[in-house]
Amino acid sequence: MSTQLEEQKEEAQPETESPQERRLSEKEARAEAKERERRAREEIREADDSVTIKVFRYDPEVAGKEEPRFDDFQVPFFKGMTVLDALIYARDHYDSSLTFRHSCRQAVCGSDALFVNGKQRLGCKTQMAELDGPVRIEPLPHQDVVKDLVVDMEHFYEQMHAVEPYFQNEDLPEGEYEEQKQSPENREKIKMSTRCIWCGACMSSCNIAAGDNEYLGPAAINKAYRFAMDEREGEVTKEDRLEILEQENGVWRCQTQFSCTEVCPKDIPLTEHIQELKREAVKSNLKFW
Amino acid sequence: MHEHDVLVVGAGGAGLRAAIAAHEEGADVAMVTKLHPVRSHTGAAEGGINAALHPEDSWELHAYDTMKGSDYLGDAPAVETFAQDARDEVIQLEHWGMPFSREEDGTVSQRPFGGLSHPRTTYAGAETGHHLLHTMYEQVVKRGIEVYEEWHVMNLAVTDHDDVEDRECHGLVAYDIASGEIEGFRASDGVILATGGPGQVFDHTTNAVANTGDGYAMAYRAGVPLEDMEFVQFHPTTLPSTGVLISEGVRGEGGILYNDDEERLMFEYGYANNDGELASRDVVSRAELTEVNEGRGIEDEYVHLDMRHLGEERILDRLENILHLAEDFEGVDGLEEPMPVKPGQHYQMGGVETNENGQTCIDGLYAAGETACVSLHGANRLGGNALPELLVYGARAGKHAAGGDLGEAEIPTGPSAQNEASDMDAAAEIGALDAGSAGVAADGAAVDAQTVIEAAVQREQERVERLLEADGINHAHVRDDVQETMTENVNVFRREENLKDALADLREARERYQHVAVDDPSRTYNTDLIHTMETRNIIDVAESIAIGALAREEFRGAHWREQHQERKDDEWLKHTMLAWNDGAPQLYYKPVILEAEKEYEPKERSY
Repeated sequence: MSTQLEEQKEEAQPETESPQERRLSEKEARAEAKERERRAREEIREADDSVTIKVFRYDPEVAGKEEPRFDDFQVPFFKGMTVLDALIYARDHYDSSLTFRHSCRQAVCGSDALFVNGKQRLGCKTQMAELDGPVRIEPLPHQDVVKDLVVDMEHFYEQMHAVEPYFQNEDLPEGEYEEQKQSPENREKIKMSTRCIWCGACMSSCNIAAGDNEYLGPAAINKAYRFAMDEREGEVTKEDRLEILEQENGVWRCQTQFSCTEVCPKDIPLTEHIQELKREAVKSNLKFW
Repeated sequence: MHEHDVLVVGAGGAGLRAAIAAHEEGADVAMVTKLHPVRSHTGAAEGGINAALHPEDSWELHAYDTMKGSDYLGDAPAVETFAQDARDEVIQLEHWGMPFSREEDGTVSQRPFGGLSHPRTTYAGAETGHHLLHTMYEQVVKRGIEVYEEWHVMNLAVTDHDDVEDRECHGLVAYDIASGEIEGFRASDGVILATGGPGQVFDHTTNAVANTGDGYAMAYRAGVPLEDMEFVQFHPTTLPSTGVLISEGVRGEGGILYNDDEERLMFEYGYANNDGELASRDVVSRAELTEVNEGRGIEDEYVHLDMRHLGEERILDRLENILHLAEDFEGVDGLEEPMPVKPGQHYQMGGVETNENGQTCIDGLYAAGETACVSLHGANRLGGNALPELLVYGARAGKHAAGGDLGEAEIPTGPSAQNEASDMDAAAEIGALDAGSAGVAADGAAVDAQTVIEAAVQREQERVERLLEADGINHAHVRDDVQETMTENVNVFRREENLKDALADLREARERYQHVAVDDPSRTYNTDLIHTMETRNIIDVAESIAIGALAREEFRGAHWREQHQERKDDEWLKHTMLAWNDGAPQLYYKPVILEAEKEYEPKERSY
């Protein structure tokens, strides 16, 4: 299909761009190509009128589901249908025990990160028309499956909590209704990092995190980045944060494979953030482990 | 049994703020939520947080705008407390690290919003709710506040006195979604309901799938009156295919609404000759639907919201999230073309009756945020007033429950505040199918905490056994029917016969609900069971909205009635109250309070 084309595009990028810009513009180009494909497929599907999803099923306590299996559901297709729409239809019309997390259906609650056709994606944000059928829907890899598409998020939350994920500044202004000042530039700098919705797609895609349960992982490091780069916290706190990130299970485990950046549904340049923290750590002259 | 001083049900903005306040007051506080906190729907709020921070602005102006926006159905003590406290709350958020959008001098930016006399909406891009939610969850983590996440609260544990005002809330019963365990929770100082809105009562809504009105329904069945439930906000700019919200911030920054003839409808047809697109939400929603009904809608369904003229730089700076939403959920590039929008259910003005301290008429039971009706928003909420409400009243409820001193409240609650009974004929039966046996038992039975909670646990265990063992219909079909009739009959424009049809349909839904069953036998993560329990709540809340809408024969704020096309202050300057009355609902009224520090004379509401 388009693999060759994408590679050519990569080479055609001017060298003056930063790696982050380059990767984001590549991602954009891929998105455009995907969109073209999606439109084409949508037309075919509309004529076809239904799509098949192959859904991973598992329930540790229900006879017949203790052994993982895939169930096929054929659901009527409509224009704009998302993976989440297809799952809801299958659940409400064919099998009410089909289990998956979802809530906002607009890519902000982060509940429905799934492994769809071999890639981590948000179900609510992924158009059925952009996927090859039958569409294979699995729980996020590298996490324990609780049931069907629901995974145990506990480890993810623990890692998020491990980086002191809260703002720290004891030196607050004392005037009536007086805020801390933050330059628009600094706000812009942390903007992308603050968009994380804790969906866990990045962690699931990361080979390092898969092999090493202790590695903080991209989401937690990005959370630390959000505070370390926030000028309101001040230099002393930043040093403390870098110390946490520098430890054995911190930034140095990242091997810049970019899989997290690739799957992030909020387009956060995670790998770049990790790299920047590595540079900051070196700058601040802290020892490696 | 789990024991804490204060239990907070729900972990969105109001719940998180309440928990932090209770913790600061020294209480052992825990949160019980059917989602993980960061999944809460506060995260989807886009536009901003109103607070009169600018030296030329004042809390008095904010209170005045809010009262006018409410169409004079807000209670003055609630409105004034809100406008005063909102300023501290916004600054508190900033001190907790909230990434607000900034001016060149580093101060927090404020933008214009509908119905405001001054630009006082603070914001963080077009994803203010996301940042507010995460900032407060961070503070909960920092304080080590215990969170029972993915625990669905099934019911409250309330004593069974005949007189609602004698009842006490001792705790609750919750279901651990992961394991299927049903457990009792004791709260020695208070239970705070902060479960958000009931958007799933309708089928075109900006609300999340989890917004099933659990808090309203549980408080209502325990005996707390629901107040002004007919006042439902339909947001004028939602995406037609999914109901995803397009922030009022787009119009605040200068976005324009066009009909199919490319006319600027708000001015062309005189809906709001002064404020145009920035009129109050109820005004704009009616304008859009009138255009559609008169044949000037696009594809007979929606109108266009155009922001292209704002320029790419400004859009990316202040409204970037809107571009993503329009692209991902409607396939429209907001930089290149206008966005299709239509009204969608967005917010419930009415709710669980509380006073300014978050207290209900049941001792130890509180409500805050969208779940509560204090009454701040009256007949119509202004954009940017929901987030400060959940901060102000979340904090007050948390503080009061934990024993903090807020002074005596001025707003009376409970059936004793009634000044007029209703003689409305609902034309359909309402309430429990088997009134009397539902909810609490007869007076004189045990009232101590232990017994009350154990009895409540047992009732819920029996309910779950029944649902799991029975053969019957899938709740999803009942839920669909409720959503359909509410959207068809209890929408922006309301007619008597439609409202009666809705009540009849809801009666039928209630009867069908008797026959629902859960197919999935599993104790592990049984969402079939959770959703089935939610659907009962949806039915109760839907009915309360339809009854209120039928009772109120006037046109006020978001409530439009055919053949009653004016605001009738002589007759209707009062709150609609609906008490469950152990399954045989009673409708009554209580007066609006239009005077506190200032006096608010009802004026004609034009924008």
